[in-house]
Amino acid sequence: MITIEKLKKSFGSQEVLKGINLEFQRPGITAILGPNGSGKTTLIKSILGMVLPDKGRIRVGGEDVKGGWAYRRQIDYLPQIARFPENLTVQELIRMIRDLRGGRPDAEHLIRRFGLGPFLGKRLGNLSGGTRQKANIVLALMYDSPVLILDEPTSGLDPVAMLRLKELLRQEKEKGKHIIVTTHIMGFVEEMADEVVFLLEGHIHFQGGLQELKEKYGANSLELAIARILQQEELGFKANGHGEKAAALVLKAL
Amino acid sequence: MFKILKYSFYDLTRSRWMYIYGAFYLLLTASLLWLGGGLSKAIISLMNIILVLVPLIATMFGVMYYYNSREFTELLLAQPIRRIHIFFGQYLGVACSLAISLLLGVGLPFVLYGVFNSPEIWNFSVLLLVGLFLSLIFSAIAFFIALRNENRIKGFGLAILVWLFFAVIYDGLFLLALSQFNDYPLESFAIGASLFNPIDLSRILILLKLDISALMGYTGAVIQNFMGTLLGMACSLGVLLLWVVLPAWGIRWVAVRKDF
Amino acid sequence: MRTTIIILLSLLASLAAPAATITVCPACECSTIGQAIASAADGDEILIKSGLYREGNILVDKKLKLRGEGWPVIDGENGTEVITVTAGGVTIEGLVVRNVGTSYLEDRAGIRMRRVRDFTIRNNRLENTFFGIYLEHCSDGLVADNIIEGQAEEEMSSGNAVHLWYCKRIMVENNQVRGHRDGIYFEFVDDSHIRYNVSEDNLRYGLHFMFSNDDDYFQNIFRRNGAGVAVMFSRNINMWENRFEYNWGRASYGLLLKEIYDAEIRNNVFLENTIGIYVEGSTRIQYKHNEFNRNGWAIKMSGGCLDNEVNANNFLYNTFDLSLNSAPNNNSFDGNYWTDYNGYDLGRDGIGDVPYRPVKLFNYVVNQTPEAMVLLRSLFIGLLNFSEKVSPSLTPADVADNAPLMQKLNFETLN
Repeated sequence: MITIEKLKKSFGSQEVLKGINLEFQRPGITAILGPNGSGKTTLIKSILGMVLPDKGRIRVGGEDVKGGWAYRRQIDYLPQIARFPENLTVQELIRMIRDLRGGRPDAEHLIRRFGLGPFLGKRLGNLSGGTRQKANIVLALMYDSPVLILDEPTSGLDPVAMLRLKELLRQEKEKGKHIIVTTHIMGFVEEMADEVVFLLEGHIHFQGGLQELKEKYGANSLELAIARILQQEELGFKANGHGEKAAALVLKAL
Repeated sequence: MFKILKYSFYDLTRSRWMYIYGAFYLLLTASLLWLGGGLSKAIISLMNIILVLVPLIATMFGVMYYYNSREFTELLLAQPIRRIHIFFGQYLGVACSLAISLLLGVGLPFVLYGVFNSPEIWNFSVLLLVGLFLSLIFSAIAFFIALRNENRIKGFGLAILVWLFFAVIYDGLFLLALSQFNDYPLESFAIGASLFNPIDLSRILILLKLDISALMGYTGAVIQNFMGTLLGMACSLGVLLLWVVLPAWGIRWVAVRKDF
Repeated sequence: MRTTIIILLSLLASLAAPAATITVCPACECSTIGQAIASAADGDEILIKSGLYREGNILVDKKLKLRGEGWPVIDGENGTEVITVTAGGVTIEGLVVRNVGTSYLEDRAGIRMRRVRDFTIRNNRLENTFFGIYLEHCSDGLVADNIIEGQAEEEMSSGNAVHLWYCKRIMVENNQVRGHRDGIYFEFVDDSHIRYNVSEDNLRYGLHFMFSNDDDYFQNIFRRNGAGVAVMFSRNINMWENRFEYNWGRASYGLLLKEIYDAEIRNNVFLENTIGIYVEGSTRIQYKHNEFNRNGWAIKMSGGCLDNEVNANNFLYNTFDLSLNSAPNNNSFDGNYWTDYNGYDLGRDGIGDVPYRPVKLFNYVVNQTPEAMVLLRSLFIGLLNFSEKVSPSLTPADVADNAPLMQKLNFETLN
């Protein structure tokens, strides 16, 4: 569905992605993990065409991302920070996205699922962070697109809403969708993800199944496995005289 | 693009600031007309205000709108919509709401006062036209600046600087140049220099309509000969249009190359 | 004394031969005006009936009254001068004088009076004239109720509507003159009056005084001329209750004063002139109760203007209220109303507590660099003027209204 070849991207002198090769061919949930600044968001935004790659090629459903826009019909995107025009109501916003994007979205069941009904007539400026995130989820997921990209979907959600979201993602997975998630909540990954991509310093450090990851690093939990990866890195850096940087990385991670 | 325009416009019509802006013009124009005495006097007073305020407000509003709707813009960027349509839509939304505030705020009192039955109608039309152009020009410049600068403070600072440059500093340098080269014939220079500043150009267009060219002596006559004719008028409007197209093209140039 | 002699003389003349009326019409026995004049005696009246008369130059050398009935047309066919009068006591009225030819060599006129006195030119229409009415070395005459229209296109090849040269005690009243070089021209004319005239659309001046003393003009309207009125090298000219309007052009002004002494300028209206009054080297002039409305410059003074008193006038919405070039200033500008004044009046006596400085910095700049006028009404110039107002450095500090009025003055003007 999505093919990424030799993707490179720098911001100024900072190289964020240093040659990423990645394929999402089988349906399921893929979690993209990595410490802050490892390039998770840049990778996602490259797929969405918001960040323009320096080198490499991304194809979504066979269509080249570069200069294209129609391919985004195949993607639903849940951005990390949900801020909307303050003067619009939730309902107007939903109508507006529908108007802009066309097609026949189904917002009804999502509104019911997340209990957003009472807030439909309220202006977005007056909503709490959690409610906004719910509105954000409704907006992102109301289209039945084959690809779902969720950037930190759990932030600000109460436990009930969290449960509903997980339920929803399982259903979507069963429909045969490609779901890409970034998150800091390891429990969420362990519970939901079929595959893990671990990004470090602009490279893909690991790509594979959850079980595979645990086995490779001899850990019985995801948290432990990741801690081991970072430890290894630290040692490697130490050997290369980059000890401090690696230590900082570990501190920053997770 | 028109859908984005529609929603930006719709969003802005809900904004308090647009109403304050429009109401300010309404109040100002009404008091100038009914308290200040007469159409032509009101037009001159309004000209002074419009030439300063319209660029300032358009600049500030453009920058503010861009920064405030950044996250929403990102949401739009992930939608199957062309990039430039998003930015042009938003820009036109801001420009149109500014223009409509001006049009209603200044236009309504004049219409009620009976400008249609007065010979001042042409002067008034030029004033409005120039006001509309300035709204378009300076909100485009503002969008361009905001797009180039992720840092809000820097963006605002730069926008104010650009306004200050066109509203004040440019004329100061202009005057300095004129007084330095006093011994040379400077009429063509004066015309040329005013073409490069949309505020100056607008001011001269109105002044010519108000027939102040006679005051300007020989320079006035040269300018009148150039801009006073239909061709000159078309030429000046063309330059104003270019002043809209140039920053708009800049918006496009930055927008297609920018990472979000 | 003189009038009694005149009356006595005319009584004697009428006794000698009773006045007769000779009628002229195209079908009459006497079909030309020339014929009628030849057969007339002093004191006779020639009644000219409606019709077209083409007789070249008509010389009136007897004391006659030429009276038109039904607007007879006397056509000069763009050739010679039309009527020339060389005898005193002549009256001309009710005629249409048409088509006086343009000449670069001689000043051809519709009606010329040469070295005569006690004449009346009343209620005539002069059309397409080079010079209209031309008086040379005349005195004690009346020029009234005439309409004089020319088709002047350039100064070099055009004449004046009413032209006076070396005259005394002439009344020019209630005429309408337009389309000439000057509307009314006075050179070496003393003790004369100009009243209730409308002079408009002339190429050069509406009214032109040169070397003329002790004259006055009241209640005239000077409109859309190259310049309204020029008064040069003259003394004791009083200018009251006139309107100077729309004299708008590159070198235009409502009133030009050049080398003038002792004049009174009162109750006039200066409306939308490029320069309201342009004063050059004039002394002891009183400006009182004038209204300066929407002029480019209300008053522009240059070259040694001394002892002028500009008091109790209204300055309304002028681009510049005053421009002053002469360095020593002992002119007074006190007690006027200025729309640009924004001082306060704590004492509530109707007089502003801070002086008003009518000369702006921009004015100074424009005098140095005329092209800078393109910056008129720009924000930069506004700031410049403001800073100069706060702390004057370039503008003369002694040019100020020390008692600026808070309210517009009410006074009588011509409407």
